[in-house]
Amino acid sequence: MGFRLISPKISQKIMKGVFWASGILTIIILVVIIGYILFKGLPVVNLEFLLSNPVDLGRAGGIFPMIISSMYVTLISGLVAAPLGVGAAVYLTEYSSEGHVVKLIRFGAETLASIPSIVFGLFGLSFFVIFLGLGWSVLSGGLVLALMALPTIFKVAEVSIEAVPKSYREGSLALGSTKWQTVYRVVLPAASPGITTGVILGMARSISEAAAILFAVGAALSVPISIFDPGRPLPLHLFIMATEGISLENAYGTAAVLVMIVLIITVVTNTMVERYQKKMMGR
Amino acid sequence: MNNRLEEYLIEKGLFITAISSILIILLIITFIFIEGFPAIESYGVLNFVFGSTWAPLKGEFGVLTMIVGTLGITFLALALAVPLSLLCAIFMAEIAPSSMRRILKPVIETLAAIPSVVYGFFGLIVLVPLMREQFGGTGFSMLTASVILMVMILPTIISVSEDALRSIPYEYKEASLALGATQWQTIKNVIFPAAIPGVITGIILGMGRAIGETLAVIMVAGNVTQFPSSVLDPVRALTSNIAIEMGYATGMHYNALFGTAIVLFFMIIFLLVLANYFHYKKKVVIGGGYL
Repeated sequence: MGFRLISPKISQKIMKGVFWASGILTIIILVVIIGYILFKGLPVVNLEFLLSNPVDLGRAGGIFPMIISSMYVTLISGLVAAPLGVGAAVYLTEYSSEGHVVKLIRFGAETLASIPSIVFGLFGLSFFVIFLGLGWSVLSGGLVLALMALPTIFKVAEVSIEAVPKSYREGSLALGSTKWQTVYRVVLPAASPGITTGVILGMARSISEAAAILFAVGAALSVPISIFDPGRPLPLHLFIMATEGISLENAYGTAAVLVMIVLIITVVTNTMVERYQKKMMGR
Repeated sequence: MNNRLEEYLIEKGLFITAISSILIILLIITFIFIEGFPAIESYGVLNFVFGSTWAPLKGEFGVLTMIVGTLGITFLALALAVPLSLLCAIFMAEIAPSSMRRILKPVIETLAAIPSVVYGFFGLIVLVPLMREQFGGTGFSMLTASVILMVMILPTIISVSEDALRSIPYEYKEASLALGATQWQTIKNVIFPAAIPGVITGIILGMGRAIGETLAVIMVAGNVTQFPSSVLDPVRALTSNIAIEMGYATGMHYNALFGTAIVLFFMIIFLLVLANYFHYKKKVVIGGGYL
């Protein structure tokens, strides 16, 4: 073993300290970022800020149209991506056996998940806005975001469906149900908390994305009424406010609202997963 | 009979949803290439990729400064993020008591969930002034962008590495401890080496996120199309180039921005192939645990 400068016992103690420090540092990083944004932003946020229109390009007034725009694009992305993602997950877990097609489908989802958001942005511009003629609208934005949410929903739905015990399916099939009846009445209801979590996580990705919709939603400051109206979701609003130096105060407020949304989503999904695990694994 | 037809149609319908992601990718590739190819073709592939002058008004479309910018920011961010992520992953997998783990897990999820514009905004109002005071200059630099990106890729590397460390069979650890090794010796000589493929996958995924990040980088990197001579110089990333200029680009300039996306696309494909080579499949981590 040769000559040792530091005895194993001492190096064990030192390293243990280093590991603890790294864990605590990670927590500090989060607390500093979130704390700073909330400390500066929360005083700006009140009911009037949330429910009034921006005045003078956003120098004053609130973020009501941005909240509506965010809701529009997020809901559209969820409505489009959830059936596709869950359908794909059902096909892969219930209808197919491992083979080339399945491998290709998995690789497809993986690739989709790693395409940079700005490339989605260009695609949204050239395909939805120009080629399909949907124009700068919350619909174009929502559709682009659906493509980004798809792999998340697919992945989480797939694991949730896989986690449903085989005996559920066997019981149903033994009673004479067809495959689809089994999937629709037994497997999907049992997996629904996991699937719901997946859809929420996919929509969470949509609500916080700005680069992908940069060239798809327009940047209108008015409330979008129909899905063909342009809008300006919250992250895009924050980006414009910050980079064009319009109003630091309203940028803080918008950032605080986004952080609050993220915190709520994290708490909700955590609770749901805990319940689901208890139900499926009996612990 | 009717039932069988229904079953058949449903299976076909589900198959279509299953291949939707492949169709979408093909569609994306088609549209990006149709729009981007004319610029690369007319300016020449080599001139486009290795040209160091980006002057759209003069018809010069060399993206090399931005390739250097993207890679510079990415590798610097990795250099900052990898040590902390690995220490933190080992801490979570091997050392932390369960109370500490219950705090760290949601912390890392939240770090992953914070919108990138919020990170960029934090960088702009806190980090840029800090850098300006510390190092002079404008504060907008490759280093500033890397620090922000470091925080953004931490959760990716930590969660994949932690998962890899956890999947090491318990017997490995017991055997090492039974031989009288300390916990640190066991981690250093047994657990960590066994988890390396997973750790590398985590680093590659983090790298992908860093290369693809757009708005947070725009907000702090300075966006100058020059080769940086130090980490304190401003740089422009490939992604930023698209986002900054797309708003007013017309003609060949418009196509050249899609060409930039093609370069970006090849970088990501290269990383994906690399990740598949290490062939580590991550379990899905959501909420409080693994599913």
